[in-house]
Amino acid sequence: MSAATIDAAGLGRRRAMLLVAPALILITAFLVIPALWTVYLGVTDYRLTGIQAANPQFVGLDNYRAALVDPAFRNALWLTLVFVFGSAIVGQTGAGFALAWTLRSVPKIVRTVVQTLVLLAWILPSSIVAFLWVAYLSRDDGTLNAILHTGGTDWLLAHPMLSIIVFNTWRGTAFSMLLFSAALGAVPPSQLEAARLSGAGTFAQLRDVVVPHIRGHVLTNTLLISLWTFNDFSPYLLTAGGPNHASEVLPVFIYNEALYGGQLGYGSAISFIMLFINLVIALFYVRLLRERR
Amino acid sequence: MTPRTVLRRLALTAFLSIATAFWALPLLWLVTAPFDRRPGLTVSWPDWTLENFQRLAENPYAFSSLKNSVILAGGSMIGVTILAALAAYSLSRVRIPGRNALLYGLLLLSSIVTGTAAMVPIFQLMFSLNLIDDRSGVILVFIGGLLPAAIFILKDFMDATPKSYEESARVFGASSMQVLRHVMLPIVRPGLATIAVWTLVNVWSDFLISYILLRDPAKIPAGVVMYTFYSEGGQANLPLISAFSLVYALPVVALYLFVNRRYGFRFHGGIKS
Repeated sequence: MSAATIDAAGLGRRRAMLLVAPALILITAFLVIPALWTVYLGVTDYRLTGIQAANPQFVGLDNYRAALVDPAFRNALWLTLVFVFGSAIVGQTGAGFALAWTLRSVPKIVRTVVQTLVLLAWILPSSIVAFLWVAYLSRDDGTLNAILHTGGTDWLLAHPMLSIIVFNTWRGTAFSMLLFSAALGAVPPSQLEAARLSGAGTFAQLRDVVVPHIRGHVLTNTLLISLWTFNDFSPYLLTAGGPNHASEVLPVFIYNEALYGGQLGYGSAISFIMLFINLVIALFYVRLLRERR
Repeated sequence: MTPRTVLRRLALTAFLSIATAFWALPLLWLVTAPFDRRPGLTVSWPDWTLENFQRLAENPYAFSSLKNSVILAGGSMIGVTILAALAAYSLSRVRIPGRNALLYGLLLLSSIVTGTAAMVPIFQLMFSLNLIDDRSGVILVFIGGLLPAAIFILKDFMDATPKSYEESARVFGASSMQVLRHVMLPIVRPGLATIAVWTLVNVWSDFLISYILLRDPAKIPAGVVMYTFYSEGGQANLPLISAFSLVYALPVVALYLFVNRRYGFRFHGGIKS
């Protein structure tokens, strides 16, 4: 096709670029520049206050070297891995798939109720759901303790990682559920029927018919929810990283070091590491997206 | 029924009951506590009253923070929708060099440079631009962050629109900006609604960006006020918190119901919407 047939409104290349420009300027200012700035700040000893605030020095890779031997950073990295693995890869994928699979064969009213509840957990603002969980898990009169007869257990203090993992599973399963529901809808019913008639149990049906069909969706889902969970700041609203750094995942660590503690240079070096990990996950995802088009 | 089907039915019922309880229990407080004369942390049948909302109306921060949330969410929504519409239309119809690379590059960028990963440079940038404690600065940050995905979604809608509409409008002598305003925008209205609602919900629910960029209690939005209500030491003011959470949550639920009825939940390149 020639350019003339595509440009049906007769916009012309120059005017088109002019219309894209405002968006590009804002994106450059608030996405590109911050990303580049992280690289710069990460090699300085910039601080929020003091001499280094007025006159930051170039320190090369010192921040990165410091990070690698900093037990607090290694702790945060490890906790983040546990958090992503536990709440996204196991929790959300598992619960999301189980819900999508079971909700196919129940009355519509049941499906609507369960889906609405799961979706509510996903769409409500994070500071509200965080407080709902603080109340739910509270030591003295939390509902969970009342149900389990475990009065006096302070879940957020005694099991901070377990708490934020369960919380994030509750919070984010909706996405996996919706994605897998859509994917399962595309599995040909005749193939499932044939498998069932030939005596295949649920497990065999899943393995032989369903999994081959939804493999792409599983991968997409895993990449996206890992990325989101990795960048999730809501653990801060529940535990603020405590007690004593026991639930200080990377986002909370960066906040505590850089913005609360004032070490902007060091915090930037950690941010850069985070950006890099995001880049790796996102590159996988974009490649997947392009292949499917 | 064979024993096997009975067993399967039982397992299914058990699983769905547990799932329902798991998701419903933490949410219950949000519907009972605001109407309880003496709300505690435990979920219980309320001693009905509307007093809590009266107290809420008397709290100066509650009202101003909701107003701030409206400003932030509304401003970002207008900015994102207009800029994304202009950009998406141009990118959909005109072969700008490097168009695809640009689109995927932007999408990649917006998923990498998240508020969490970039909070330090964003804070630093706004600090040196003297935009800390400035609501329009926060709006700009939101627009910049949400635009790539919005352009991506909207371009899909534009691509799906047949070009014959524009061609016939051109034949009747419409200028290209008229074509955009009177032909294209009405057709892609569902797309515009999608990104508008998506922006509203994202900004309305935000915590981190406003938390690091706004300090003045008169300027902070509802998400941050909610956190200060319960994180500041001392006895948590439960009548206030419960009523406030419900008022703060309702617009999101209403928007969700609206979108779900009107357009249904759909996926756009896996973008959380």
